[in-house]
Amino acid sequence: MMTTASITAARRDNSPALRLPGAGRRIWRRVWVAFTIALLLVVELYPMFWLFMSSFKTTTEFTQSSSWALPEQFTLDNYVRAWTEGQIGANLLNSVIVTVPSLAAVLLIGVGAAFAVEVMVWKGRNITLLLFVSGIMIPGQMILVPLFIAYFKLNLTDTYWPMIITYIALGLPLTVFMMAAYFRAVPREVFEAATIDGAGMIRSFFVIGIPLVKNALFTIGLVQFLAIWNDLLVSLTFTTDADLRTIQAGLLNFSGQYGVVDYGPLFAGISINVFTLLILFLLLNRQIMQGLASGALKG
Amino acid sequence: MKNVLGDKRAILILLGPALLFYTLVKIVPVLWSFGLSFTQGDLRGFEFVGFDNFVTLINDPNTPTVLWFTFKYAILATVCQVTVGYFLALFYVFVLRKSSTLIRTLVFFPVVLPTVAVGLMFRRFFEVAPQNGPVNDILNLFGIDAVDWFAQPGTAFAVIIIMDLWRSIGFYAVLLYAGLLDVPEELLESARLDGATGLKLVRHIVVPLSLPVLLSSVIFSLNATLKVFDSVLALTNGGPGWDTSPLTLYMYKTTFTYQDYGYGSTLALTLTIICFLLTIVVFKFSRKDNTKATA
Repeated sequence: MMTTASITAARRDNSPALRLPGAGRRIWRRVWVAFTIALLLVVELYPMFWLFMSSFKTTTEFTQSSSWALPEQFTLDNYVRAWTEGQIGANLLNSVIVTVPSLAAVLLIGVGAAFAVEVMVWKGRNITLLLFVSGIMIPGQMILVPLFIAYFKLNLTDTYWPMIITYIALGLPLTVFMMAAYFRAVPREVFEAATIDGAGMIRSFFVIGIPLVKNALFTIGLVQFLAIWNDLLVSLTFTTDADLRTIQAGLLNFSGQYGVVDYGPLFAGISINVFTLLILFLLLNRQIMQGLASGALKG
Repeated sequence: MKNVLGDKRAILILLGPALLFYTLVKIVPVLWSFGLSFTQGDLRGFEFVGFDNFVTLINDPNTPTVLWFTFKYAILATVCQVTVGYFLALFYVFVLRKSSTLIRTLVFFPVVLPTVAVGLMFRRFFEVAPQNGPVNDILNLFGIDAVDWFAQPGTAFAVIIIMDLWRSIGFYAVLLYAGLLDVPEELLESARLDGATGLKLVRHIVVPLSLPVLLSSVIFSLNATLKVFDSVLALTNGGPGWDTSPLTLYMYKTTFTYQDYGYGSTLALTLTIICFLLTIVVFKFSRKDNTKATA
């Protein structure tokens, strides 16, 4: 009986659904699907909604009404205080100053190295690729102490350089590895044809290589952006000067200093940090999801 | 033709900067850090002390606490992330089917958020003093007393795992979803004709076919959870005591709060060795499984 039912079901509908036999269960099925979706969305989205609502509350509201009450009015006071007193504005600027050059450098030299290792032919290219890839596994803690000493001896402490240099090095393994994988998918004939035309390899790299992988480059760029922007370990270690703090290190410090008494600005600060990224995600969610997933599968 | 593809000057220009950076800022520091684990000192200078730091590591009363937390967290978080992620992926593929795009995207939201922000947010969400957070307010609503989640190791650990799941589940669901889409339609069809339905179909057909992507997820998750740092620092700061401190955080505080650079390097080395060994074990294990499957 069960067999015939599922056969007819399969014939009627070629979709890959896992159907419960019998039509009476269809309504029941709708109910549990709707329930699962609702539960999932409430659990995943409510904390962010709560955070956003809390960022408008006054101190009295925090102490006197329950935590899920909505704010009585939407004023930007907390945001103004977080931005100025809480240094969130300055921290955000620091994050931009550090992230932009790190990201540009890691992409440029990373894709160059991937091209040299994957497209060009020479002895030792496989070993070189392996050397880069092995870096993915090594935890950041393993290089912190020597770098801390080195930056101190080079008098780079209290500048942006320690962060920028470290981010470039930390981003290289995944960038080289993923870009090499993308170059591998390009037929060699494309580059060989270019060399017949008399183009040098550097020219081929810029004129043919980069345009061929520019979508992939954009994807890995997003992955690296998130890694650098959201990093705490490096920025916490190398910013001894409070004026250089990135948004993550700044927020952590903010929470320690004012968070116990001043909830409003803290929630506003967290909101600024969270919603900056959510806006980015709204614009580019497809590429971000694809990039993060392929980075994980290959790495 | 081969000559141009093997142009030494071009290779040097393209590879040189990356290799230089990587060597100076990654390889050299790794070796240097290895050397430092046999020394003691600070920015003014280091002194060779042989295996003293390793003796300290063995006798350190915090070592068992920190290692236990590191492993307990990595294993439990990995199991939760991959299992729940897999169920969610199955839900996307087999229940929601074509209409899953929006849900997939919404559930993915928290993945891109800075872990520091997430940690601070969950700290308030589970708070008891000075005011109850939503979680304790809900407990009160049901007549249950508010819980001071961060006062005991057990509940603090639970909050870390909950936060971790909240933050990463959308990611693992998408990762495994991509794997499930690769399961050939004809195979499912023929299994269905043979009378396999529902969970049976999943257990005997879908799971074996998605083993490779499951394994990749496990490796990725272990690698990430062993190195957990930001979220725990922002959520519990390793407390109470050292009870929720992963090795990464213990290393960080030993080095930069207590200025013990030598012992800090030894802890970093320990962490690296653990990551390395675990990778080998997982690979060995997966290879054995593969041969079994083909035999």
